[in-house]
Amino acid sequence: MTAEILLQSMLSGILMGFVYALIAAGLSLIFGLMEIVNFAHGEFLMVAMFSTFWAWALWAMDPVISLPVTTAALFLLGVLTYKGIVRWILQGPMLAQIFATFGLAVFVRSGAQFFFGVDFRLIRDPWIQGRISLGGLFIGLPQLAASVAALAAFGFLYWFITRTETGLALQATAQDRQAASLMGIDTEWMFALGWGIGAACVGVAGALLAIFFYVFPDVGATFALLAYVTVALGGFGNVPATLLAGVIVGLVEVLGGILINPALKYALVFLLYLVVVLLRPQGLFGKF
Amino acid sequence: MAVPTGKWIASGLLLLMLLAFPFAFPLPHPRHVMIMIFLYAMLAQAWNILAGYCGQISLGHAIFFGLGAYTSTVLVRQAAISPWIGMVAGAAVAVIVSQVIGFPVFRLRGHYFAIATIALGEIIQTLFINWDWAGGARGLFVPIKRPDSVLHLQFHTSKQSYYFIALGLLALAFLLTWRLERSRAGYYFRAIREDQEVAASLGINVARYKQLAMGISAGLTALGGTFYAQYILFIDPESVFPLSLSILICLVAVLGGVGTLWGPLLGAAVLVPLSEGTRILLGGGGKALDLLIYGGLIVVISVAQPGGLIALLGRWSRRTSVP
Repeated sequence: MTAEILLQSMLSGILMGFVYALIAAGLSLIFGLMEIVNFAHGEFLMVAMFSTFWAWALWAMDPVISLPVTTAALFLLGVLTYKGIVRWILQGPMLAQIFATFGLAVFVRSGAQFFFGVDFRLIRDPWIQGRISLGGLFIGLPQLAASVAALAAFGFLYWFITRTETGLALQATAQDRQAASLMGIDTEWMFALGWGIGAACVGVAGALLAIFFYVFPDVGATFALLAYVTVALGGFGNVPATLLAGVIVGLVEVLGGILINPALKYALVFLLYLVVVLLRPQGLFGKF
Repeated sequence: MAVPTGKWIASGLLLLMLLAFPFAFPLPHPRHVMIMIFLYAMLAQAWNILAGYCGQISLGHAIFFGLGAYTSTVLVRQAAISPWIGMVAGAAVAVIVSQVIGFPVFRLRGHYFAIATIALGEIIQTLFINWDWAGGARGLFVPIKRPDSVLHLQFHTSKQSYYFIALGLLALAFLLTWRLERSRAGYYFRAIREDQEVAASLGINVARYKQLAMGISAGLTALGGTFYAQYILFIDPESVFPLSLSILICLVAVLGGVGTLWGPLLGAAVLVPLSEGTRILLGGGGKALDLLIYGGLIVVISVAQPGGLIALLGRWSRRTSVP
């Protein structure tokens, strides 16, 4: 075990961490708004990856070109999910809240399996490929591009929530729905918008991941599990904290992999989740 | 304890029909479908005790199923101990593990609890994949014993014995739930489900009764795990510990009707034939059409009628019986 390997792994852990953070930010935003966990979040990611893949396979559109289209499509999917399903279960029992999105997850995943089969697919020859060397450390360009873009998307999201009027209305709705609607905020539209933005986050993340990751119907499951851990670490509903939490998850994953046992890396991330929620149920940076 | 006599007669008739079924259908496949219905119904019933009655939505019940399957199989292989004893031992292991798990995770609520159970399921599956003594990722075969014997819980010539054992397990789960529904603990469970704070303020030891529900649920699930191991005669972490199994158990109960005595059986009676039917129609091949339909059904049920099919039936029968 040389210091070089350690640094190299930490670097790739941090880079992946930014992508995890973007995925988790969408989940956290939705939870902050209405205390609902979107159990279909991983499947939304899978849809975004397939959308990027088919744009490339059918119309030779590079992921860079199709990214805005995928993001817009996912935004629409999020709004439709809210309007079609989530709106009806907001006042329902806990069980309905969990299983409505769980059912959607099973539906979307097996739908992908039904139509596309279980094959692993890969985008060949994307515009962004190769690697650069940085003082003896190597960085894959797709990974670097993905994490930079994820960071940019995260920054945009943060700016949107904290600096724009719509973003402030979103925050107000998250704090107190009744008070917000008394102030003339259309909370129904805010909820739909929250789902749209939440899904658009995985739209960006999925398009970026598709550049260097296999695309298959089950691909969302692992990322979604990591996203739950990330969100819980940051504190449910605390969007900015998911950035740091994402990096922590990325680091635990790679360091656990090289220092302890690669086979156990996800188990270690889940263990971290359990330890954190048991010691601090509000997450590392949660406020309540 | 005023149960309408009509319900007793209907239940008795159903039991008689189930007992007569293998004599009317001697072919293996119909019997296999029924065995699967019984198995999933009893697993869903076990989950129902914790999630439906006590309100703690576990998404990691494959843990207990797998522990039941592994305990009996390891005992048969290492010490030639009868699977019947293994079944009891598996249930004991599952109960102990459930209490150890429950102690910390019951401090969490709602979504946090559900996600913690997913995390635990993943951890335990990963541990078994990497535990070479227990077969690792390759899994374990149950040593074949001939001729058929009740002692070894293996029957190669006919599925009839498996059928009655599965029916017996289902009956056990039913009796337990039925007794529980009317017991003091059963009322406490429902009080905790409705409002934990109120339940605590009325003097119910919430933590203790959650642990009780978890223990009963885990033990029953493990019995199903041992039965599965002896029926299929091969287990590996992918087949007895996956998240997909945990979810399937929930889906059966949610579809039928959570927190009701008959919901899990109804759910299994709909889902298992649906699954078998699409498999025959499309010849398997990973098409997952059954899951596509399940998923859609669950969404519709959650949105339209969270009480499940049984609530729909109830509404329908009330509407038709009104003069």
